[in-house]
Amino acid sequence: MEYEAVIGLEVHVQIKTESKMFTRAPAGYGHEPNTLTDPVVLGMPGTLPVMNKRAIDQIIKAGLMLGCDIAPVCKWDRKNYFYPDSPKNYQISQYDRPICIGGQLEIELPGPSRNVMGEHKFIHLTRIHLEEDVGKLNHVENDSLVDYNRAGTPLMEIVSEPDMHSGEEAYAYLTALRQIMVQGGISDCDMEKGQLRCDANISVRPKGVDTLGVKVELKNLNSISGVRNGIDYEIKRQIKTIQSGGQVVQETRRWDAEAGAATLMRTKEMAHDYRYFPDPDLMPVRVDQDWLQNLRATLPELPFERQRRYFDSFDLPYTVTSVLVPDRRLAEFFEEAVDECGEPKAVANWIANDLLRELSAGGIGIEDSKLRPAHIAGLVKLVKDGAISNNIAKEVFIAMFESGRRPEEIVEEKGLKQSSDTGELAGICNEVIGANPKSVEDYKAGKQNAINFLKGQVMKATKGKANPHIVDQILREELDKLA
Amino acid sequence: MAETLHYRTATELGRDLESGAVSSEEIVRALIERTRAVEDTVGAFLSCDEDDALARARESDERRARGERRGPLDGIPVGIKDILAVEGQPLTCASRMLANFVSPYDATAIRKLKATGAVPWGRLNMDEFAMGSSTENSSVKITANPWNPECIPGGSSGGSAACVAAGEAPLSLGSDTGGSIRQPAALCGVVGMKPTYGLVSRYGLVAFASSLDQIGPFARTVEDAALLLQAVAGHDDRDSTSFKTEIPDYRRELSQRRGPWKLGIPKEYFGEGVDPEVEKAVRAAIEFYRSEGCEIVDVSLPHTEYAIGVYYIIATAEASSNLARYDGVRYTHRSKEAADAIDLYFKSRAEGFGPEVKRRIILGTYVLSSGYYDAYYLKAQKARTLIRKDFLDACRKVDAILTPTTPAPAFRKGEKADDPLRMYLNDIFTSSGNLAGIPGISIPCGFSESGLPIGLQILGRPFEEAELLAIAHRFEQAHDYHTRHPDLT
Repeated sequence: MEYEAVIGLEVHVQIKTESKMFTRAPAGYGHEPNTLTDPVVLGMPGTLPVMNKRAIDQIIKAGLMLGCDIAPVCKWDRKNYFYPDSPKNYQISQYDRPICIGGQLEIELPGPSRNVMGEHKFIHLTRIHLEEDVGKLNHVENDSLVDYNRAGTPLMEIVSEPDMHSGEEAYAYLTALRQIMVQGGISDCDMEKGQLRCDANISVRPKGVDTLGVKVELKNLNSISGVRNGIDYEIKRQIKTIQSGGQVVQETRRWDAEAGAATLMRTKEMAHDYRYFPDPDLMPVRVDQDWLQNLRATLPELPFERQRRYFDSFDLPYTVTSVLVPDRRLAEFFEEAVDECGEPKAVANWIANDLLRELSAGGIGIEDSKLRPAHIAGLVKLVKDGAISNNIAKEVFIAMFESGRRPEEIVEEKGLKQSSDTGELAGICNEVIGANPKSVEDYKAGKQNAINFLKGQVMKATKGKANPHIVDQILREELDKLA
Repeated sequence: MAETLHYRTATELGRDLESGAVSSEEIVRALIERTRAVEDTVGAFLSCDEDDALARARESDERRARGERRGPLDGIPVGIKDILAVEGQPLTCASRMLANFVSPYDATAIRKLKATGAVPWGRLNMDEFAMGSSTENSSVKITANPWNPECIPGGSSGGSAACVAAGEAPLSLGSDTGGSIRQPAALCGVVGMKPTYGLVSRYGLVAFASSLDQIGPFARTVEDAALLLQAVAGHDDRDSTSFKTEIPDYRRELSQRRGPWKLGIPKEYFGEGVDPEVEKAVRAAIEFYRSEGCEIVDVSLPHTEYAIGVYYIIATAEASSNLARYDGVRYTHRSKEAADAIDLYFKSRAEGFGPEVKRRIILGTYVLSSGYYDAYYLKAQKARTLIRKDFLDACRKVDAILTPTTPAPAFRKGEKADDPLRMYLNDIFTSSGNLAGIPGISIPCGFSESGLPIGLQILGRPFEEAELLAIAHRFEQAHDYHTRHPDLT
């Protein structure tokens, strides 16, 4: 029998804010343990939470980008459970009135090859809600130490519908989600820093059957490839269990990326009763149309929409768009240059080939580069106007990248300007013709290629500065005169 | 004057300071002397940083010498219930759980109080985590009713009420979740007010039941209570439930609001279950208002009978969650016997909490549990809405509602300690005020034959504290109960 897996993901994304969700203590990563705290973060007796509006701005932006309905009123609930990383032993979260409802995420599956676009599909979302992150336990020998730096950081939980069917789809989902969150400025989504964390609900069923099988929750999927591997492992385990006559049991399992296997964490019977109830310390939040309108105005274009625009308006090939689009800064760099010079294909090529190569060689990001969009636009214009050849342009590019100087300046200073002076070039052409009778004969004998050799000689004599079109034209005219 | 300094009101002390008849340091020294004399009997204080109080008193005197005065309470000591955070001072909630906890920050009410120049004065006894009606649930000590040391002072703010009644402080702050200010005020013969929910910031008030808790003043006169309320009231951006509202000048309003008022008498608060002496004193108070030209009308609060049940569901549900943070991991009592993390929770909490706190945590955990939430918590919230509606409807017809504060005067120590249900009934007339979120004040309105004080409760519309204070003030002006003091010699 053939089986089909059904997968839903619960993704936690840490929201980027200056301060924590309920107090002015700063949020951050990589600081001395327990320095990003205050009495509120530590849950000291008598302290109260006060909502950070910026955190709500951010989750609304995320919701709008994912096509969610934004609830006009949402409220805050306490999720009660004991764990040493939780300062209050309850987490402020949203239970039955989340801020974002529904929505969908467009994903792209791998194509038949890297150069060919893969299938796109939409994964539906159930909801997105806002909650506070907890601290972190560090186990050393016989002790467990708690660091509350992370505690109280705003966190959103993005819950998908069970719309995925393979580890590959889950991988594509996380990739697409991460791009949107990073491009929207919602989160840096660095999985190593715990800014994006993923749990998966996985079940299998015979193909063609509508009802869902018993689901297993898989936790600790802490890298994007871990998500793919962990899910595929769990699918295989469930199919094997069923095929060998067993039954899948509802339970929570923990993925161990190093071992490449998952182990049992808890069974259904051990599940918590979180005793959710509305947090009496916080008022419900009303989101009006003005608030939404203001946030909508700040949203960037979604990556796949941008890609489609690049196909439609700029006629760029898939391979180039798939380099530009995933990185918003690169895409905006590209568009700024195009705005200045009106040559999308040339600009895209400079970025995709030369700029990325130099950035990677220099080990820097585009934001640290001295090269700005105007440089590339200027360079493209110089080539287009015939002022420099493509080969010279490569040289100018390196100089611009290293110095941050304008291309016109570099061309001027190094005397790289292409010669289009027909009088001067005619003289050189005639000299070359005179010095290469063999080639002239070949040409006259009908070997069109012979002209290329002569052209090369002219370029050599002019140190590459001659306009190749004009040289071609002069050579043909002069040779035809000899005929 | 020195021998009676400890029974001078805050208003009188303010005048004394103004005229130079006394210094703040002398006031504090007089109170130190007074507490030394009566604390063995009263037992209102859990601790008292006398040096800190003296230092603050001297600062106030220096300010005054420079011609500065921060407000009418500058230099006046204010006793603090040990549930309000004062930076650098113990914050124990009378619990073993927080026996060694020192607050790293000031509650907003304390910050405001310090800004007026008032002197925080001692840490006052209470029922553990404010859970109780007799202060017998303190893990540290039993506080006596100054009018009869065999009796309890009420609770949970028993220390706050007793110290004011005993002349150990002119003023004190307490907290009221189901009557914890008004009930001990009534039983100790002092003025105690629970403001409207949201008037005083709860930041720095250790939470028992977040949707019910309010900080409020104890004093020997209504005018003094008005002064203290003035100092702590007002919006705070550290408390999302604090209300943005204009704060009137309460003391000035006392004489400007002259009635005559239309006063409602709810039949549900009289008759069966009310001690005849209490009923008689309260009826006499009602007749006083009638004689002052007030219109007395019957009002009905039909959902009163559900108040205690609703209160003990909502308050315990919130408490079960609020008290979860006391777990042995950070700043609390930590069991030395624990084998692992789970065991640390069990043992630390078993050792750190007293029986009443445990009872309420278990109750609250139960009513929030899956399968019981709808039947208990959700239903209680609906009933709460009806109780609030009762009051708001009644207050559309009348300016205020008069009731007994408690069904009976102070009872003997130990009398109800083993019967939680009987103990809970002490809150029967006060807890609905918390459920409705409305303000209430208790003032002395008489004494029982055995010499125990009786309290009159005046309930009013949200944020109409000025009206309640004026109504209370009128009664006080025509009676001398507030000038009587217990014999503690």
